[in-house]
Amino acid sequence: MHLPLITLVALPFAGSLIAALLPTNARNAESTLAGVIALLCAVQVALLFPDIAAGQVIRQDIPWLPSLGLNFVLRMDGFAWMFSMLVLGIGALVVLYARYYMSPADPVPRFFAFLLAFMGAMSGVVLSGNLFQMVLFWELTSLFSFLLIGYWHHRKDARRGARMALTVTGAGGLCLVAGVVLLGHIAGSYDLDVVLAAGDAVRAHPLYRPMLVLVLLGAFTKSAQFPFQFWLPNAMAAPTPVSAYLHSATMVKAGVFLLARLWPVLAGTDEWFWLVTGAGLATLLVGGFAAIFQNDLKGLLAYSTISHLGLITTLLGLNSPLAAVAAVFHILNHATFKASLFMAVGVIDHETGTRDIRRLSGLARYMPVTATLATVAAAAMAGVPLLNGFISKEMFFSEAVFLAASPGIDRALPVVAVVAGMFSVAYSLRFTVEVFLGRDKCGALPRQPHEPPRWMRAPISVLVLACLVVGTLPQWSIQRILETAARPVVGVLPDFDLAVWHGFNLPLWMSLLSLVGGIALFFALRSPMRRGHLAKAPLIGRINGKRVFRSLLARLTLAGRHTRRLFGTRRLQMQLMLLVLVTLVAAAVPLRRLGSEALLAGGDRAMLEFSPMFALMWLVGAGAAIGAVWQAKYHRLTALALMSVAGLVTVITFAWFSAPDLALTQLSVEAVTTVLIMLGLRWLPKRLEDVGRSQPLRVRARARVRRGRDLSIALCAGAGLALLSWAMMTRSFPQSISPFFLERALPEGGGRNVVNVMLVDFRGFDTLGEITVLGVVALTVYALLRRFRPAPESAGLPPQQQALPADLVTDLVDPYSDEDPARGYLMVPAVLIRLVLPLAAMIAVYLFMRGHNEPGGGFVAGLVLSTAFIVQYVVSGTQWVEAHMDLRPQRWIAFGLLTATATGLGSFALGYPFLTTHTAHVSLPLIGDLHVASALFYDIGVFLLVVGATLLILTALGHQSVRGRRVRDNEEDERKEGAH
Amino acid sequence: MEIVLACAIGVLTACGVWLLLRPRTYQVIMGLSLLGYGVNLFIFSMGRLALDSEPVLAPGVPTDLAHYTDPMPQALVLTAIVIGFAMTALFLVVLLAQRGFFGNDHVDGREDAE
Repeated sequence: MHLPLITLVALPFAGSLIAALLPTNARNAESTLAGVIALLCAVQVALLFPDIAAGQVIRQDIPWLPSLGLNFVLRMDGFAWMFSMLVLGIGALVVLYARYYMSPADPVPRFFAFLLAFMGAMSGVVLSGNLFQMVLFWELTSLFSFLLIGYWHHRKDARRGARMALTVTGAGGLCLVAGVVLLGHIAGSYDLDVVLAAGDAVRAHPLYRPMLVLVLLGAFTKSAQFPFQFWLPNAMAAPTPVSAYLHSATMVKAGVFLLARLWPVLAGTDEWFWLVTGAGLATLLVGGFAAIFQNDLKGLLAYSTISHLGLITTLLGLNSPLAAVAAVFHILNHATFKASLFMAVGVIDHETGTRDIRRLSGLARYMPVTATLATVAAAAMAGVPLLNGFISKEMFFSEAVFLAASPGIDRALPVVAVVAGMFSVAYSLRFTVEVFLGRDKCGALPRQPHEPPRWMRAPISVLVLACLVVGTLPQWSIQRILETAARPVVGVLPDFDLAVWHGFNLPLWMSLLSLVGGIALFFALRSPMRRGHLAKAPLIGRINGKRVFRSLLARLTLAGRHTRRLFGTRRLQMQLMLLVLVTLVAAAVPLRRLGSEALLAGGDRAMLEFSPMFALMWLVGAGAAIGAVWQAKYHRLTALALMSVAGLVTVITFAWFSAPDLALTQLSVEAVTTVLIMLGLRWLPKRLEDVGRSQPLRVRARARVRRGRDLSIALCAGAGLALLSWAMMTRSFPQSISPFFLERALPEGGGRNVVNVMLVDFRGFDTLGEITVLGVVALTVYALLRRFRPAPESAGLPPQQQALPADLVTDLVDPYSDEDPARGYLMVPAVLIRLVLPLAAMIAVYLFMRGHNEPGGGFVAGLVLSTAFIVQYVVSGTQWVEAHMDLRPQRWIAFGLLTATATGLGSFALGYPFLTTHTAHVSLPLIGDLHVASALFYDIGVFLLVVGATLLILTALGHQSVRGRRVRDNEEDERKEGAH
Repeated sequence: MEIVLACAIGVLTACGVWLLLRPRTYQVIMGLSLLGYGVNLFIFSMGRLALDSEPVLAPGVPTDLAHYTDPMPQALVLTAIVIGFAMTALFLVVLLAQRGFFGNDHVDGREDAE
């Protein structure tokens, strides 16, 4: 039985969540969990081999956004199978190793959670059947590798290394996104199967070059190819199991995975050859050369990894199927020997306390088994016969010799290959000879070395055994797997022969030459390096990638800051002005095409008859608006009153032009807004008019210039909008979607008031968003006012109340007393207002009920009811109202939102999309025929929320006077106590 | 009639923009409200003006824009009115908090920022 592919991705992520929740000291439980998950997935993948080897491609489509053609596609062919095996199999070994490597003091839940999540992301990359999905998982691997490299976040080098890795691979990932967009555009689909079949069309497309460069940037940064190789050595600050996993089998292999995955689509052109082979060869040489001079064992392995990745890239770049097969083979081989070497270094570090080659010597005496294993693995890395590295390297040599490329390359390639081979022999020797052989210097080490626990060594043994078996019996052990894995990459498999012995041919001589040359190089460099010379690699050692990277980052930050200073402003007036100006320009450009005369002349639509009353009304309205502008700075209440006049004229205009709904709503909003601002004005200290008068002439002149500028902008904006509306109103519009709503409102929405039907039905989603905003604003206002500190000038009693002598006997009742204020002169309004409340509630219900068929609806009804409540507050005072009525605006908001959402969700139950309306006719005694639409319940939600939000906003402001009073009383008490 | 409404929209917009560019917070709030009136009327006018069209479906009247007012701009404006109220409330509270926090009513919180 095969589990679906999704388990291979989902299981590690699920395990990651569980691991994160386990207690800190549960090292065994954590590692068992992670190991079981990795092993389970690995076995699952292994069981799929017969199907995959038969050429089957397993595919699983999970619909995600089917209407957009976006599915979550998992796809496993031979190549993906091999990579899954690497990711999960080596993952399981790394988990076992990490169990013994991590110290009990380390917070292991975090470690295993990240490791499992990384494993899941990596499986996602290799199994993705959709390019975008692959990029998504690709970015996830960057993210989790960042977390893993920075696992010991108390260490500065770990933080820096993690940040550098994330910056480089993340930036590359962005390039890859762009490249994938282009690739998908060219191929016509993001589905991997379609893209893989579209190779010829892609290569012939004019966008091929930019796309190739972007994709390669993504792959090269991930696989640490020259010139992006510098992040990898800095990532060695990670715990060694992480390095063994990320930098042998997974993270850095993602780059070459991508190159090989897209090989059938992208390869075969000159651009591919020069870019990929060029970068690969440079990396091969630079990495190998630098590795020789490393003194840190992990550093040596890091550079050797770079070099081997360069080799794989080179092989993929040669445009030859046989080379691509060799690349796939070397991916496999490198993962096995490099993972075991990293683990061996971890063992050495763990048992001796150092990784410095200069301090280590003669370790073979103390840990003979580990030494043997590490030596075999290093020999595989050097390409010694009878080990797996030899076979893939031999394939590289024969490709280098027999490749028919341009003449220069033809001759240079074998030389480069041999030189790179010499380097790898030299650093492999350095790794083994210097550390395991030689004098016994172990007395000076931080710890007395000894063999590690058996199970810590087990993963290394398994991997080294694999190296040996593949190296000695390639045809028996690996031939079929390699064929399966390479077939999807190259299409038609070329003939290749995985024999150990091919006779005395040129590649063999090259192998021998590089072996002899490497040994000579090692011994030539040995004594100067022992004497402390050559601590850095000559020629390239001085180029510090880290420093270049940092200075680049610093410059980028500086440039950003500079740009912000140049083009940005933190001044609100400037920002608003820019906003208005941009709007003006955006509107003016298309209007220019029409011409000013056509604009002014208007269109051919029949105009309405001129009404002097209407003109007179707007004369007053415009005068009021200008008056409000005039008074807004010093006489705020006057400005508010004048603005309300303009508002009321607007209300009448709506009513005038047959829009009763708008008139109703605007009228009630007008009332609420006025109350709101008046409540606010209480806490806004008066502005004194003579502040600006005494300023120097220069300042005043500047202010005049500024005002002139603003005035012209304002006039332009006003004239522009007037012209635009004039031009529009005088023209008929040929098409409108409004008839649709008119026609459907009754049969489908079940209401005659089209505007209301649109709000609660056709555009119900929009209204849901709107009432959510309203609720959020109300809660924000409430939250802001809870911590509100009024301006000190306004904290005291208002001047009108201060003017009263304390002993005056008057009708004016202290508004803060708990008594019923409906006495004295307030008796009449208080009684009236209380009588109004039920009436207002009735009107609200009436407006609400008829809303679907006549002007009205939830908004208006809610505003009317909340106004009635607010008036109670105004006349009777906060304390009396709240002592007598249990209003909890927050609950109104919550219930309103819940009702609206539940109504919307209800249509799911009937198998319709969100917010579909259903209608029913009910006959009730007395009331008569009742038309019930589900939109009615939706409107109830709107109503409740509007009441709650309005009440919450206004009462939160109103409560300030109570709070202010309390604060004042406390201060007075303190003062009195201080006096005593 | 169209010209009157166009002028009205122009005056409201000009007043609103002018106040928007002023340095005092209260002026900005007033400006936003006035600009709101102007813009709402503008959106409303996009349905073209009609004096005695039916706003509510009546039996026997053909469902086209010659006999009914355009419901779409109205629905949009209705939303805009309510959202406008919410924004005014939010800005007002921010204004009050800012006045208490900075001790002045300049939009940038600093008198010298002009």
